[in-house]
Amino acid sequence: MAKQEKTPQDRSIDQATIQTLEIAQANKVMTCFDRLDSQEPGCKFGTQGLCCKNCAMGPCRIIVGKEGKDRGVCGATADTISARNFIRMIAGGASAHSDHGRNVAETLLKVATSDKSDYQIKDEQKAIKVAMDLGIEVGDRDIKDICKEIAEVSLAQFGQQHGELKYIAKAPIKRQEIWRNLGVVPRGIDRETVEIMHRTHMGVDHDPEHLLLQGARCALSDGWGGSMIGTELQDILFGTPEPLTSQVNLGIMKDDTVNISVHGHEPLLSEMLVAASLDPEVLAYVKSKGATGVQLGGICCTANEILMRHGVPIMGNFLQQELALATNACDAMIVDVQCIFPSLPSVAACFHGSIFTTAHIAKMPEAEHIEFDTDNALETAKKLIMRAADNFPKRPKGKVNIPQVTEEFVAGFSHETINYMLGGSFRASYRPLNDNIINGKIRGVAGVVGCNNPKVQHDNVHVTVIKELIKNDVLVLTTGCGAIAAAKAGLLKPEAAAEFAGPGLAEVCETVGIPPVIHMGSCVDNSRILIAATAMVKEGGLGDDLSDLPACGSAPEWMSEKAISIGQYFVSSGVYTIFGVTFPTLGAEGTTKELFEHMEEQYGGKWDFEADPIKHAQKMIEHIDKKRKALGIDKARERVLADMDARREIS
Amino acid sequence: MSVKIIASAAIRGAHKFVDKAEEQMKQAIDKFGAEHEVGFPNTAYYLPIIFGMLGHKVEKLKDMEPVIKRCRLLLPPPVKEKLHLPYLGQVLDAGMSTLFAQEVIESIRYLNEPNFYLQSEDVTDDNIWLGAADDVIMRKRGVEFVDGTAPGFAAIVGSAPTKEIAAEMALELQKKNLYVFMASEHNGTCFSKQLVEAGVQIGWNTRLVSFSPDVSGAIFAVGFATRAAMSFGGIEPGDYRKILIYNKDRVFAFVLAMGDVSDEWYATAAGCINYGFPTIADTPIPEILPTGVCTYEHVVSNIPHNEMIAKATEVRGLKVTVAEVPVPVSYGPAFEGERVRGADIYLECGGGRTDMCEWVHTVDMNEINDGDVSVNGPEMTEVAVNEKGKRLGPLAIEVKVAGRKMESDYEPILERQIHHLINYAQGIMHIGQRDIAWLRVGNSAIEKGFKFADIGRLLHAKLHQDFGAVFDKCAVILHTNQDAVTEILAKAREAYKTRDERVGGMKDETTDMFYSCTLCQSFAPSHVCVISPERTGLCGSYNWLDCKASYEINPTGPNQPVEKGEVLDQVLGNFKGVNEFITKASRGNITSYNFYSLMQEPMTTCGCCECIAAVLPMCNGIMTVNREYKGETPCGMKFTTLAGTMGGGISSPGFVGHSKYNITQRKFIAGDGGFQRLVWMPKMLKEELYDRLKVRGEEIGIPNFVDLIADETVGTDEETVLNWLTEKGHPAVTMDSIIG
Repeated sequence: MAKQEKTPQDRSIDQATIQTLEIAQANKVMTCFDRLDSQEPGCKFGTQGLCCKNCAMGPCRIIVGKEGKDRGVCGATADTISARNFIRMIAGGASAHSDHGRNVAETLLKVATSDKSDYQIKDEQKAIKVAMDLGIEVGDRDIKDICKEIAEVSLAQFGQQHGELKYIAKAPIKRQEIWRNLGVVPRGIDRETVEIMHRTHMGVDHDPEHLLLQGARCALSDGWGGSMIGTELQDILFGTPEPLTSQVNLGIMKDDTVNISVHGHEPLLSEMLVAASLDPEVLAYVKSKGATGVQLGGICCTANEILMRHGVPIMGNFLQQELALATNACDAMIVDVQCIFPSLPSVAACFHGSIFTTAHIAKMPEAEHIEFDTDNALETAKKLIMRAADNFPKRPKGKVNIPQVTEEFVAGFSHETINYMLGGSFRASYRPLNDNIINGKIRGVAGVVGCNNPKVQHDNVHVTVIKELIKNDVLVLTTGCGAIAAAKAGLLKPEAAAEFAGPGLAEVCETVGIPPVIHMGSCVDNSRILIAATAMVKEGGLGDDLSDLPACGSAPEWMSEKAISIGQYFVSSGVYTIFGVTFPTLGAEGTTKELFEHMEEQYGGKWDFEADPIKHAQKMIEHIDKKRKALGIDKARERVLADMDARREIS
Repeated sequence: MSVKIIASAAIRGAHKFVDKAEEQMKQAIDKFGAEHEVGFPNTAYYLPIIFGMLGHKVEKLKDMEPVIKRCRLLLPPPVKEKLHLPYLGQVLDAGMSTLFAQEVIESIRYLNEPNFYLQSEDVTDDNIWLGAADDVIMRKRGVEFVDGTAPGFAAIVGSAPTKEIAAEMALELQKKNLYVFMASEHNGTCFSKQLVEAGVQIGWNTRLVSFSPDVSGAIFAVGFATRAAMSFGGIEPGDYRKILIYNKDRVFAFVLAMGDVSDEWYATAAGCINYGFPTIADTPIPEILPTGVCTYEHVVSNIPHNEMIAKATEVRGLKVTVAEVPVPVSYGPAFEGERVRGADIYLECGGGRTDMCEWVHTVDMNEINDGDVSVNGPEMTEVAVNEKGKRLGPLAIEVKVAGRKMESDYEPILERQIHHLINYAQGIMHIGQRDIAWLRVGNSAIEKGFKFADIGRLLHAKLHQDFGAVFDKCAVILHTNQDAVTEILAKAREAYKTRDERVGGMKDETTDMFYSCTLCQSFAPSHVCVISPERTGLCGSYNWLDCKASYEINPTGPNQPVEKGEVLDQVLGNFKGVNEFITKASRGNITSYNFYSLMQEPMTTCGCCECIAAVLPMCNGIMTVNREYKGETPCGMKFTTLAGTMGGGISSPGFVGHSKYNITQRKFIAGDGGFQRLVWMPKMLKEELYDRLKVRGEEIGIPNFVDLIADETVGTDEETVLNWLTEKGHPAVTMDSIIG
């Protein structure tokens, strides 16, 4: 039977994506969707986690249950191999987030020790709070002095060899005890990654449970380490996000502006691009090229970073990176690290825009590299914009196709703003959230995060899962490319509450004035979700640990190693975490049982997998209901009326 | 209907108030000058909401400028029609800025129209606006919030559809013991005016307080609540979060919005939500039902008038237990302060016009039947009218109690209840006790069928309810014929004498068990009283015997025995057992205090004290001032300032709170030299205590001592007082230095 050709409509639910994909196809430009078709069917062993290529005796491919083929050359079983592969993914993901955090800490150190940095300390209050978290003396010290120590202490966390990471102490006490008892409290950030690489080297650690404990320790060094340092220190440097409105999708590009896509993950460069885009010299140059101004638009988590703090519109998510170029309206795509397709220069070659790599660790053979140096940040940013402007006159006449698709949304939620928005300056707290979970208006809270993956219809799984959750009164917190998918689908508008949310959630959203889906930032900002969840525990009434909360996590369209690391730190923090698309251990029953069952005994949270979006959401809701029952909040409570005696008992 | 409507309206309203406040401030500065003093009368809390929330003192007009600036920072932008940002936090901030602005506006009104508000507890025929409650009222009424006689207040804005509905609602609130604070108009009238038209007695004494014709007058209610947190809760000014949570948890207040809700009303209601005070409206405005900032719902609307109060208490989470008392008039603490006078009087007993006395005594179990009430003589309507057209009659209220646990020590305690228990009946006024009691019965009570026998019924019912644990049977005889009254009066006086001698003879040295009193912990969580026979409770309401009885009645209640333990210092009154107790009770904040000293580790004060004593170093003595005295004192602080600085459970050397009675107790500041150190007290207090002061002077061998105590007619500065003392030969001047 001839294979049915997939249409753009099969590839995505997003109209802008569909339209630009049609253009790409018309221009015979290969995109990830086409390349996926060429790759399929994927390697069965690889998909199931049963391939080991850690030494040159292999690669070994395991066939479970088939004598002689059920072990590798060295004798490794399916469970050993899949557990090793799994935690190597964690190491990959954790190192990406942690390196991000390290770069932020290094920049903060430069800002704090230099008088002529282009960056500044934007949020002094946050700096003081972080200092207190890190046990740094505040007193009446100069803010730069405090920040210098914050940066030094944070940097030391990466190379620390013994003891515990400092942010571990931010977790609920009970959670910390669980980690200590299991021996998974990270000693340092880098050390845990290195140890994974060592343990998974040929002939070292072969016990799946033991391997997965180290995986947990490494993941915790991401969520409660590198990522948290990244988020907290970025807030100091760039400001803690506050609610704002913006626009999303390829339609944000304009015919008369220099359109620049900033793609990648770290906000260091993009922050400067925002500043440079307003620079008079730059604007004069841009005008000399015939444009009216500069339109920046982000892709992936860079998008989320500059959105959260500046309201810069979002061009698209992960699977739209090639398509942005296909509009012939994207004059340049400036990239740094993570999730950047190496195909970009070849796609760009078919259109008029240029690709500039900027990170010293990330280059592409056919792209121009203009290295970004934090010491000379503004100058580099200005240069990049002017280079983009040079392309503006080169747009091919009659071939510019900006899809007229945009959506508006509200973003900018941080732990701090949630606290404020629920009670104002004088009564800020999580009490209203907890109260309305207890009284059942809100059934629970779900973090729906993560990537896109061309193996499933783009954005569809995110949007379907989220809609099903909010329909069932589950408040959704979102980050990363999932947040962008939700934004494009109109789920981040306050008006979405009345349209899509169940009556209880809608009522609370209306009271607070929020959308039913809360955009919390980039993928390192998943640490914000940990902080928010911890604040819920500390507010009281929902148990005394993260695993008691009626909460869960999901990455329905995941693809990256970072997603596995995030998933593992959520699981280890006590959160039920379910993935879509595929799961990398399904061929190994023992490892999968460890992840899907035993971890619940260890951490109170566990992994799960479900590709079907509705079933995926239903599993999450089931888990939330289980937790509600355990808390005794599954039934309506009687109103307590207090008399004088009751008031005397308040301590 | 949408919450967004409320949010938009509240934010608009807040902008209007802040604009108005800023304009008025500028005008006032132009007119009076920036240095001109501004504030509410007789208070140590400045503009109390601003002081409480921001810790900022507004003393002069220029001090308002930073407040307006802060309001501008708090004021959110208008809510966008589409794609709005989260507004709940903003609305609460808008509400708070509204309250700040309203305090600015109302305090400037005191400058521009000094006579707009009365400065008393009562309304007059041509002015019903009471304005800000001064600290005297706040403390006096606050104590009722503390001891539970008032669980909270209803802040009513607007007016009812008719005066009859207003009167019915007011009565229902009174029956639930709630204070009613009224402000703002609707349909050209106010709730308070409607009550006056309906013939209802309004003012602080009947708990129906007409603050202002404008909605900005609502801040007098919120300011009251803010001061309660600082004064009784011991919360520092500026600790806004604690003040607000204190109110959410302990002050059971709510807003009744009667009529069309304007932007200004929404803004004010938003301010109240910060305090956990919800709004219940009689109009179909949008509701805010999810919980969180308030204990339950935030705004509930479209409630019929006959259900509003029940709904309000439910929404606020308040349980009011109203005792059913079998009398034909309304009954409860709210009617205690109501007056009966002039043409309203139907019958009068005692008060120097006829004989009257009240006497509780213990009898054998088989001597009485529980619940027997008899009237020995004519009923109220049978009392003859005299030549002046007045009905005057003698009365002896004899209460017989019996029970295995009854002790004669409890008799005076039960007897002391008679005053307020009778006063609780609507249309009845009672003053005094023992043989100086005075009763007035109003025409309205007679019309409803009130009789002498009802006094017996209500005493039986209430004494059983409150003291049922110590007696089993209670019978009441109302003697109303002169012969019987004369006979009972003689027996009663004999009993009073025996009792006084027994109580007067009790000494701290010979008593091993003291009692704690945490009655006010619902309001003052950090303070613990310990009461000994010679140091009665500083609020004046509880002596050692009361505590003992209270413990018998309710062994897990607010009065617990405290073993005196080892005497560490007999002169200062420092006891090991007491120290251990207070260390625990104050969670380690206070580890020791002295019963008889104000100079060294004095006892803590909750803010409910009747008097505050302060050292006068130049005079080498001490002064004391009662809370009713509003004037200056030689220590440089008025009572309100003193109470403001030392309330809330802190021990501040040089100052101590005490009861009036304590002044003439043998151990009064004995550790600092005793009674002879007393060099100054207000004239009114001296007159009130004159007889006892004279007796105490004789005890210490200085019979004319009372005449050696200076008062405000001598002077209110130390130097003048000292000259006078020296001239008079006051013993303190030549005693050892009080500074030690």
